[in-house]
Amino acid sequence: MNGRGLIGVALTVLALAAPWFAYPVFLMTALCFALFACAFNLLLGYAGLLSFGHAMFFGIAGYFFGHAVKAWNMPPELGLLAGVAGAALLGLVTGALAIRRQGIYFAMITLAFAQMIYFFCVQAPFTGGEDGLQGITRKPLLGGLIPTKDDRVLYYVVLAIFLFGYLAVYRIIHSPFGQVLKAIRDNEQRAVSLGYEADRYKLLAFVLSAALAGLAGATKAMVMQFATLTDVSAAMSGEVVLMVLVGGLGTIVGPVVGAFIIITMQNYLASFGEFVLVIQGLIFVVIVLAFRKGVVGELGAWWRSRRSTG
Amino acid sequence: MFEILGIPPQALFGQLLLGLINGAFYAMLSLGLAVIFGMLNVINFTHGAQYMMGAFAAWLLLTQLEIPFWIALVLSPVIVGLLGVVLEKLMLKRIYHLDHLYGFLLTFGLALVIEGLFLWKWGSSGAPYPSPIPGGVNLGFMFLPYYRGFVVVAALLICLATWYGIERTRFGAYLRAATENPVLVRAFGINVPRLITLTYGLGVGLAALAGVLAAPIQQVSALMGTSLVLVVFAVVVIGGMGSIMGSIITGFGLGLVEGLTKVFYPPASNTVIFVIMAIVLLVKPAGLFGQTK
Amino acid sequence: MVENILQVAGLQGWYGESHVLHGVGLEIGRGELVTLLGRNGAGKTTTLKSIMGILEKRLGSVRFENRETVGLPSDQIARLGIAYCPEERGIFSSLDVEENLLLPPVVRPGGMSLADIYGLFPNLQERRRSQGTKLSGGEQQMLSIGRTLRTGASLLLLDEPTEGLAPVVVQRIGEVIRQLKARGFTILLVEQNFRFAATVADRHYVMEDGRVVDMVVAADVAQSAAKIQAYLGV
Repeated sequence: MNGRGLIGVALTVLALAAPWFAYPVFLMTALCFALFACAFNLLLGYAGLLSFGHAMFFGIAGYFFGHAVKAWNMPPELGLLAGVAGAALLGLVTGALAIRRQGIYFAMITLAFAQMIYFFCVQAPFTGGEDGLQGITRKPLLGGLIPTKDDRVLYYVVLAIFLFGYLAVYRIIHSPFGQVLKAIRDNEQRAVSLGYEADRYKLLAFVLSAALAGLAGATKAMVMQFATLTDVSAAMSGEVVLMVLVGGLGTIVGPVVGAFIIITMQNYLASFGEFVLVIQGLIFVVIVLAFRKGVVGELGAWWRSRRSTG
Repeated sequence: MFEILGIPPQALFGQLLLGLINGAFYAMLSLGLAVIFGMLNVINFTHGAQYMMGAFAAWLLLTQLEIPFWIALVLSPVIVGLLGVVLEKLMLKRIYHLDHLYGFLLTFGLALVIEGLFLWKWGSSGAPYPSPIPGGVNLGFMFLPYYRGFVVVAALLICLATWYGIERTRFGAYLRAATENPVLVRAFGINVPRLITLTYGLGVGLAALAGVLAAPIQQVSALMGTSLVLVVFAVVVIGGMGSIMGSIITGFGLGLVEGLTKVFYPPASNTVIFVIMAIVLLVKPAGLFGQTK
Repeated sequence: MVENILQVAGLQGWYGESHVLHGVGLEIGRGELVTLLGRNGAGKTTTLKSIMGILEKRLGSVRFENRETVGLPSDQIARLGIAYCPEERGIFSSLDVEENLLLPPVVRPGGMSLADIYGLFPNLQERRRSQGTKLSGGEQQMLSIGRTLRTGASLLLLDEPTEGLAPVVVQRIGEVIRQLKARGFTILLVEQNFRFAATVADRHYVMEDGRVVDMVVAADVAQSAAKIQAYLGV
């Protein structure tokens, strides 16, 4: 068995055994953010589009899930679907407008739209405003087959959702569609001159990324049993950027590693209050100035250089 | 007294004045962003934090050293501008050769650090700054607090002075030329790196000046610039960054629109600028005063 | 022999990764008008840029008035008294004609006054408030040359001033260049158009593959015509 296979087996065992030696809610939160980060990375890492408003998809899906389950009494599966559909629709509208500008304007536009959605959520009747949408009780899945009151059972459900999303991103990146995206990222004019309608590819990538971010946000609402303004805020949009940068932009496992690092860090630093902001900011600065490949990217580069010299 | 469209004139003109004041801040901040972007190719996310620092500097000067508003109006933009110069020399200049997004991320990180430090030291609740020109005058159709009137006039003058400085002076010609072709301008004997540093300092100083002007109107707090900078991004997208006069007109105009929305349909007042941005993107993607690039 | 104002020796230059200059050597005496001839891609423009310090990376020696300039940034080189007219003319569209003229700072006393420059190029005075890039190609070239004359620089680097211009305009540029020489400017001229170069220059350097391969003085041009034609591949 080669090294890769060994690592794969080890990771599988680790993922299956994790809830017996780590706090399951922490693991589930981290998995939700990992999926969110993967969705974001699909856009920035492979389509070269910096969305600085991705929290709008993550957060709105949480509200959709909560509203569907709580007010419409839907089963959680449909709630998740509602969250994904809502995020995808929002992605379609904002994406179609945002891709009309390029580069840094794209980032500013997505940021502005996210702020608009934030203000909308503050005022909208179904979000609970400043209090958030509380008490979304966990209901069993698959018509009662899977009880979700037990955190460990729910953990495996979340793990399955995460793997589904992760593999979806993997498939997208390695599909012909993903190849075109990368071509557009590297040289849009050239891709256009080869006959690809860059805008349609970008929009599809945007919608897919929004839908996956929505899946992550809806899952998180299912786990935490609430949806709040925090998840639609600009700070959250910044956090997912940070996770992907820390892990490694444009690497397939980087976002997962980054999400676990940042969530763990926040857990340990919770008592520092405002200082968490300062530390997050410093990480941004250090990464941009000295460490642009992120943990996974730098490790990969180190590994390759070691193999080529030794 | 008479009403306009069912709105008492006191309320209407009061909101218009507020809108004009907000517009003044939008104009000053988007002007700084545009000038910095032209020279540095960086969208300065730290702009909101630097606006906040301007207000804080004035407040600290007053409460710690009893330095009055009128001196702080000059002193705090200088202090904050110099801090900006340090920032540019230590960090920003290292990333000019990279993609735009790294400048955005770096300055975002710096904004987090600055705002986090101020939150940690002074908390999130605001501190009041006494009006330097108390009182006001009843114009019949509305009550005009002197200071608010002053802010509108002062901001307009500052914007026009900035326009004049960039469009009509020798220094401005250097800036415009270096925005187009920095390599050639440098080969003419102009120290372009120093020009870039100076531009950043001036843009940051302009943000801080807006912060000082805002201090007596708003509470001085660590997060006063956080959401403002997001609105200013929308203003910049709407106006386009190509034209100085365009930035000024867009800023004031959007402030007024926001004020009117507050009168006629208050729930949309927070979002109206973003809605306008969406419409502009549909109709004229390059922005009202932008050239397609 | 007059003193050398510029001495270039073993100059190597790079555009990013690609090594373009492989040891250029040339000398120019004060008041001389020297051309740099050669085919496309021989390294003429790169040599000018390299003297000006615009290239990111250069090695070797470029001495101006006996001062080593390799290692100095281009703004400091300009301030020693070298002025540069780029091939693409470098007129700024956000500046009007007069702003373009006044842009390069005066680095030494003894430059021409604005009135002198307008005397040389009356068209520019008429259009002094026009946007720089709204001028015709010839006028833009005059502006690009005129811009260097105020600064007090003694050495002018002109990159293909006749490129893409009508014969009448080329003639006018030739007159201007001769007048500038008469005023005492030292000029290093990059040219593709040998017939034009032959009418103005004291000497010609020929470049091939990033090196200077030959030098011909004006008096020998007639008898070396065949050789020069061969170098230029025309």
